[in-house]
Amino acid sequence: MYAFQYHRPQSVADAAKLLASNSEAKLLAGGHTLLPTMKQRLAAPKAIVDLARIAELKGIDKKGNALVIGAMTTHAEVADSAIVRSAIAGLAEVAAVIGDPHVRHRGTIGGSVANNDPAADYPAALLALGATIATNKREIKADDFFKGLFTTALQDGEIIARISFPVPAKFGYAKFPNPASRYALVGVAVAQTGSGVRVAVTGAGKDGVFRHTAAEAALGKGWSAQALSGLTTDANLMMSDIHADAAYRAHLVGVMARRAVA
Amino acid sequence: MSATGIGAPVRRKEDQRFITGKGQYTDDINRAGQAYAVFVRSPHAHATIKRIDTQAAAKSPGCLAVYTGADIAADKVGGLICGWMIHSKDGSPMKAGAHPVLAQGKVRYVGDHVAVVIGETLAQARDAAERVTVDYEALPAVVDVATAQSAGQAQIHAEAPGNTVYQWHLGDKAAVEAAFGNAKHVTKIDLVNNRLIPNAIEPRAAIGEYDPGQDSLTLHTTSQNPHVARLVLAAFIGLAPEHKLRVIAPDVGGGFGSKIFIYAEEVVCLWAARKIGRPVKWTGDRTEAFLADAHGRDHVTTAELALDGEGKILALRVKTKANLGSYLSTFASSVPTYLYAPLLSGQYNIPAIYCEVDGVYTNTAPVDAYRGAGRPEATFVVERLMEVAARQTGRDPAEFRRKNFVTSFPHATPVIMTYDAGDYEASMRKALELADYAGLPARKAESAKKGMKRGIGFSAYIEACGIAPSQAVGSLGAGVGLWESAEVRVNPTGSVEVLTGSHSHGQGHETTFAQLVSQRLGIPIDQVTVVHGDTDKVQFGMGTYGSRSGAVGMSAIFKAADKVIVKAKKVAGFVLEVPEESVDFKDGIFSSTATNKTLTFPEVALQAYIAHKFSGAQLEPGLKEGAFFDPTNFTFPSGVHICELEIDPETGTTRIDRWTAVDDFGTLVNPMIVEGQVHGGVAQGVGQAMLEGAVYDRNGQLITASFMDYTMPRAGDLPSIKIAMTSTPCPSNPLGIKGCGEAGAIAAPPAVINAITDALGHEDIAMPATPLAVWRAAQKSPTKMAAE
Repeated sequence: MYAFQYHRPQSVADAAKLLASNSEAKLLAGGHTLLPTMKQRLAAPKAIVDLARIAELKGIDKKGNALVIGAMTTHAEVADSAIVRSAIAGLAEVAAVIGDPHVRHRGTIGGSVANNDPAADYPAALLALGATIATNKREIKADDFFKGLFTTALQDGEIIARISFPVPAKFGYAKFPNPASRYALVGVAVAQTGSGVRVAVTGAGKDGVFRHTAAEAALGKGWSAQALSGLTTDANLMMSDIHADAAYRAHLVGVMARRAVA
Repeated sequence: MSATGIGAPVRRKEDQRFITGKGQYTDDINRAGQAYAVFVRSPHAHATIKRIDTQAAAKSPGCLAVYTGADIAADKVGGLICGWMIHSKDGSPMKAGAHPVLAQGKVRYVGDHVAVVIGETLAQARDAAERVTVDYEALPAVVDVATAQSAGQAQIHAEAPGNTVYQWHLGDKAAVEAAFGNAKHVTKIDLVNNRLIPNAIEPRAAIGEYDPGQDSLTLHTTSQNPHVARLVLAAFIGLAPEHKLRVIAPDVGGGFGSKIFIYAEEVVCLWAARKIGRPVKWTGDRTEAFLADAHGRDHVTTAELALDGEGKILALRVKTKANLGSYLSTFASSVPTYLYAPLLSGQYNIPAIYCEVDGVYTNTAPVDAYRGAGRPEATFVVERLMEVAARQTGRDPAEFRRKNFVTSFPHATPVIMTYDAGDYEASMRKALELADYAGLPARKAESAKKGMKRGIGFSAYIEACGIAPSQAVGSLGAGVGLWESAEVRVNPTGSVEVLTGSHSHGQGHETTFAQLVSQRLGIPIDQVTVVHGDTDKVQFGMGTYGSRSGAVGMSAIFKAADKVIVKAKKVAGFVLEVPEESVDFKDGIFSSTATNKTLTFPEVALQAYIAHKFSGAQLEPGLKEGAFFDPTNFTFPSGVHICELEIDPETGTTRIDRWTAVDDFGTLVNPMIVEGQVHGGVAQGVGQAMLEGAVYDRNGQLITASFMDYTMPRAGDLPSIKIAMTSTPCPSNPLGIKGCGEAGAIAAPPAVINAITDALGHEDIAMPATPLAVWRAAQKSPTKMAAE
């Protein structure tokens, strides 16, 4: 790790000011990706703005037909939340299968979403549920937010404040973990929402999380694992590595989609 | 059996300090004025070093020194050695290239040591290390052991043409060929024994210190055998004479073999400490551990088993290429030869065996002993062959093994070993019963109903432990004897320090050795302290590996304690005023038929030191005895492990449902610790079979260089293990101990693969059987077996 300035603001406004005055500052929202990268000297931010003490970024609430989760809410808090369990039980399950207990008690939903790791679990849930990401500047639909590997619609100085999930009629997530890292080798989130069936896949796609339109069409005709029995996924769009080649990932997308529905 | 004696499940004494964070590992130790070493490592698998520019690094803030191979050469610091000479079939000695501690003009694997930077702080040393610029000319890399010897491959060491270190063999080739000529059935298999990265929890570390007043050096290091480290550092590397070099291996957090070896880092820390006149500390990070700790296994093998018409084995033929990595590590040469081929007889009567092994250089990290060392590789060959041969000839795998078991002892195999004791049938019987083998067809049917494939796999393993009779290993090329030493020091108040040349890095010696001494001397276990890991305290020792500390190390303690009792009886005779021969010692009490007075052990100890009851002419004062124990044979732990698992063919996920382990370790000192060793061994064996595998790309870059890609076994990957014991005490040591440290890791891999192949219905899958590999294999149709 190289030397850096450490800031721990108390408000989003203060955090934004720090970002504005430090062009090479990075936000710390749990740090499970950023800190290891810094320790390996692969990242060298001049300043760190730690969001851990900003009360307005925390908390879980049900507002009308939406479940609203503050950006600095940890995975463990989401997994254990009675509000989440009663509103979108499957979302608590998504949080419960992220990493291990250490990760779940430090990592946050905002940190995960902002990082947009192609094998992270939350992006699939946000995309399938048609969530809205609220920042200190604007609101962004999940459909417009995820822009490929580790890339999002967030602009310089923008801080995720909270994420709003319209409560769906049905939601499920099935994950096949990478045997080593336990990130998603393939994770499929399925939702029956007010705007129709939405299916999102993480871990598998070359460009990160994506919507599986063929699966959406099949489930639109009938919400059952059976409806997905003929589903195919283009292996050319899949990642390939020592743990799973593209053909295996494409196959697992179908298996996980069926299990997510079941 | 007393509550704390041999056979009692005594809670581990050392756990109090480990669990409360009071252990003292090398990195916990800090010396006044300590500076920090950071190594500049090669990013290339194979390259010539054209130029190293250290100027910018030397000017970096807090940089104390930058040293390269040129400085090492100028100071005539010797290279690392390989301590076991292997001769090829043609009688020629193995062809080994030099193993410099800092590269001499060439690097041979990613992670090879190019330069060292010493800094005031670790961060400053790292900053400076980044400023060392090295101009490399990359050379083609040789990575794959199967093709490393082929024409046209790059030459890694000039001394070893064709990258071949040796072409060794063992056994009777002509007898094997004749037997194959008469065979009714031949089973042939091709196997890969996958490369593993040890990953002890504690990474390696070293602190070198120089005392100008005494002109002596001290090394704190993560070693399984500090005396051997001192011997090599003194006699071969030439840093200081033995009496001017102290090596301390304090608490060590796991070794699994990887901390037996003498590595470049500790040499450089010691040497640099003298150069800069300050203690120099290096603590490896996890990436360095992945790249540069010695790896394990990595064999490519073809094996054939010849059977007669009745299912009796006639002969075994094995050809193996063993990857030794880029340099020969301390015991690298012996692992795929004398620790491998002599185990190829397994638990079976095999009249003729012939094994050829090519030891091969590649541009990968050095490969050396890892838990089991050669014996897991041999067991994988034998037990895969047995399973496949049973399937091909329509025989039940348990019955086929039984038919060929060795049943009378001693039994001389055609590959050096003489098995001294065992009851293989007893282990098999018990294992079949515990595993409910009879209920398997019903469970298979149940799994099939759910769309799952259930399989069962056997592994009837044997290993050679208690390493080793010095004369025997000397005749096979070892550069050292493999006895062990001990000293039992009784204090005037009757408490005892046991000094041992064994080294505990997780094995629980502080408990088990105390159990032995407390029982022998009849004193409470808390009156016994075990001292190990310091060459200034313990006179000499050969360390801990090869499941030797019980069979060899404790036998030395047993002998020393016996000598203490002999001397104490003399003292008691004077105090009781009775003839020495009439003194009896039992359960801590000295008595005599000649008197009704008795003495306790502490009372005699005090008398030995105050020396009021005998004159100097009659007896030496004091109570302290030492002993060396050299075993007369290897020990032969054995057992039967049965793995039953269920495969989800849709995803390739394999869930181990049942694990039965029936082991014969001879005498058990502490059954709780033994069970722990079985659990850990099985976990590592399951890791090898299903999860772990070091992968280099074709350029020699290690792809699995972190836990993000290298899969260690987790608790959730393992079932609850059913453990049972049989016992045929070992006749070659006074305690009857055989050793248990490696058994699980040796037994497990073939049990898993035999179960997976049973479930799949064909043999075409390699380790590690990851979900991807199993899913692919599940696409293939089952082979029609003779049994069906």
